[in-house]
Amino acid sequence: MDGLTIGAIYALVALGYTLVYGVLRLINFAHSEVFMVGTFGALWATRWFGIKIGATSVHHGIALVLILIGVGLVAMAFSGATAVLLERIAYRPLRKHGATRLAALISAIGASLFLQELFAQKWFAQRVHIGIRTFTPFPRILAKTQLFSFQKANFRTDKVLIFIAAIIMMVVLDRFVAGTRLGRGIRAVAQDAETATLMGVNIDRVITVTFLLGGIMAGAAGMLYVIFFENTLNTIGFVLGIKAFTAAVLGGIGNLRGALLGGFSLGLLENYGASIFGSQWKDVISFTILVLVLMVRPTGLLGEAIAKARA
Amino acid sequence: MAVARSLRVVIAPVRRATDVARQRLDDAGRPTQIGLVLIALALLYILPFLKIPILNTPRSDFASVLFFPVGIYVLLAIGLNIVVGLAGLLDLGYVAFFAIGGYTMGLLGVNAHWTFYEILPVAVLASMAAGFILGTPTLRLRGDYLAIVTLGFGEIIRITARNSDPLGGPRGIFGIPHPSTTFGVKFSLLDPKPYYWLLLTVIVVMVLMVRRLERSRVGRAWTAIREDEDAAELMGVPTFKFKLWAFAIGAGIGGMAGCIFATKVVSITPDNYTFSLSILTLASVVLGGAGNLLGVVVGAVLVAYLPERFRVFDEARVMIFGAALVVVMIFRPQGLIPNRQRASELTENTGQGGMGTLGAEVVARPPTEVSDA
Repeated sequence: MDGLTIGAIYALVALGYTLVYGVLRLINFAHSEVFMVGTFGALWATRWFGIKIGATSVHHGIALVLILIGVGLVAMAFSGATAVLLERIAYRPLRKHGATRLAALISAIGASLFLQELFAQKWFAQRVHIGIRTFTPFPRILAKTQLFSFQKANFRTDKVLIFIAAIIMMVVLDRFVAGTRLGRGIRAVAQDAETATLMGVNIDRVITVTFLLGGIMAGAAGMLYVIFFENTLNTIGFVLGIKAFTAAVLGGIGNLRGALLGGFSLGLLENYGASIFGSQWKDVISFTILVLVLMVRPTGLLGEAIAKARA
Repeated sequence: MAVARSLRVVIAPVRRATDVARQRLDDAGRPTQIGLVLIALALLYILPFLKIPILNTPRSDFASVLFFPVGIYVLLAIGLNIVVGLAGLLDLGYVAFFAIGGYTMGLLGVNAHWTFYEILPVAVLASMAAGFILGTPTLRLRGDYLAIVTLGFGEIIRITARNSDPLGGPRGIFGIPHPSTTFGVKFSLLDPKPYYWLLLTVIVVMVLMVRRLERSRVGRAWTAIREDEDAAELMGVPTFKFKLWAFAIGAGIGGMAGCIFATKVVSITPDNYTFSLSILTLASVVLGGAGNLLGVVVGAVLVAYLPERFRVFDEARVMIFGAALVVVMIFRPQGLIPNRQRASELTENTGQGGMGTLGAEVVARPPTEVSDA
């Protein structure tokens, strides 16, 4: 169950990479920071709702549902806004100049450093030092009780919540891209940007929406992350971002359902691998899997292209 | 975008000035050029003795800063430039080769009691071998995948070093020997200047070597691959072989830098070899102008030196550096001192989704039509 929980978070973040890659053929390097901002958005939301860290933070019933939705919305708003700003400031001017993707990558790295350091400032992050660990704690909203266990898998309330919430988010995104006008625009641009422009698709708007969608997904992932781990830090985005990108490549970058599959399989494999080799080898395992998969199937498990998946 | 406009006003004259300066330098005769280079070199060698107040780095020893990060970044950027700038391959895990060089120095120096000058070639060969091993399966893949695989490789090396007891685990290796006295210069723990001179000499030799390579058959093959891999292959360039060589030579220079770094700092830990070093090296290459040696060196000096210089601002300096990267890329995406040939390639390209298809990636469209979703 741990594997599925973390896999769900990977998958949500991976969606952001895959969306942007599908449309722009660009690795949105700063996406990991979008996720990080989401975790802080969730944290501030709890503060605005007057939730303090301690025994009183656990809520039940309607209050719990409302708080969860509220926190989630704030986190998504934070991440979505960050993603759109990122596109406006760090990517769009470069696009207008016809710059290389390498230049865009560096610009993204710059933005990434900026955001990371911004959220290291004292007024952003009330940090706690315990031993050698430094982190910003997050209150426990949800009572973490064991629902039932099957074989060795423990179904705990928070894990089940994360799994279900992630699935809902992904279904909504999938419907959006498949069904709505803007979704069609996204697919059209992913398929052939120039032709899409000729057909009257507003490419700038499509790109903004793509970043916004990716940001919202990352925000949801951020909120679920803090509910599970109950802490955050300005640097958490990095490793998670690499993993999520790995998941996106694993499933076939540019393919939305591939991101889902990649996220879950990475989460599960990593967890099983860690139980065999020890958890310090977790990251090595996931990268080795990636390299092996790419050698056998260079386009990832489900192949590429948002556009071609269900055009 | 009033901010953007005012920034443009500041940047435009600087841009024009650098372009004019380059033109002047091109027009000057060969002897003048060589003379200028020699003067510049002499200045660089005595730089630790010159106490230039503006250049100085508050809160850290200037000569130390010249060695690390400045000198090391320059050497790394020269190596990465072969991979990224000349052959057009995106490598996000360059730090792996730096680490391999460092650990080779550490292991052989501490356990086998070899001297620095014996280990240096071994370290270079070891990193080149690692480059071959990593490159053989991955260089057949598309550019973006190469990026992520190299990134993964960089992390694997670091984590493996952290988790392996023979490599010292998280505490790393300590007691790495210094080079023996060379030309009457004694290497010791307290004086960073000899290391700076050693590094500077290596950098000069590498610059000369890379310049020769660039203008040889190999260099032309790399340019062809960067511009259009398919066309190059059709013209009879064995693209895979040359890509592999670019990767391995780049790796070798990375290993060399790692070896020199390790002998200076005496103790190395896995935390010396984080992903951010790969990224900052890449930033140096692109910032300065990928493919142009002078540009790359200038880029590396800026990336390494500016955060040290502005240590006074402490907390905000990395933040400002990040913002500066974005600003430079917006106004000068081809880098501060671009490679002319490459710059002309860039203006021609139409691009996909407006972002351009060149750069680290040559295949514009997915080669296969796999899709069963």
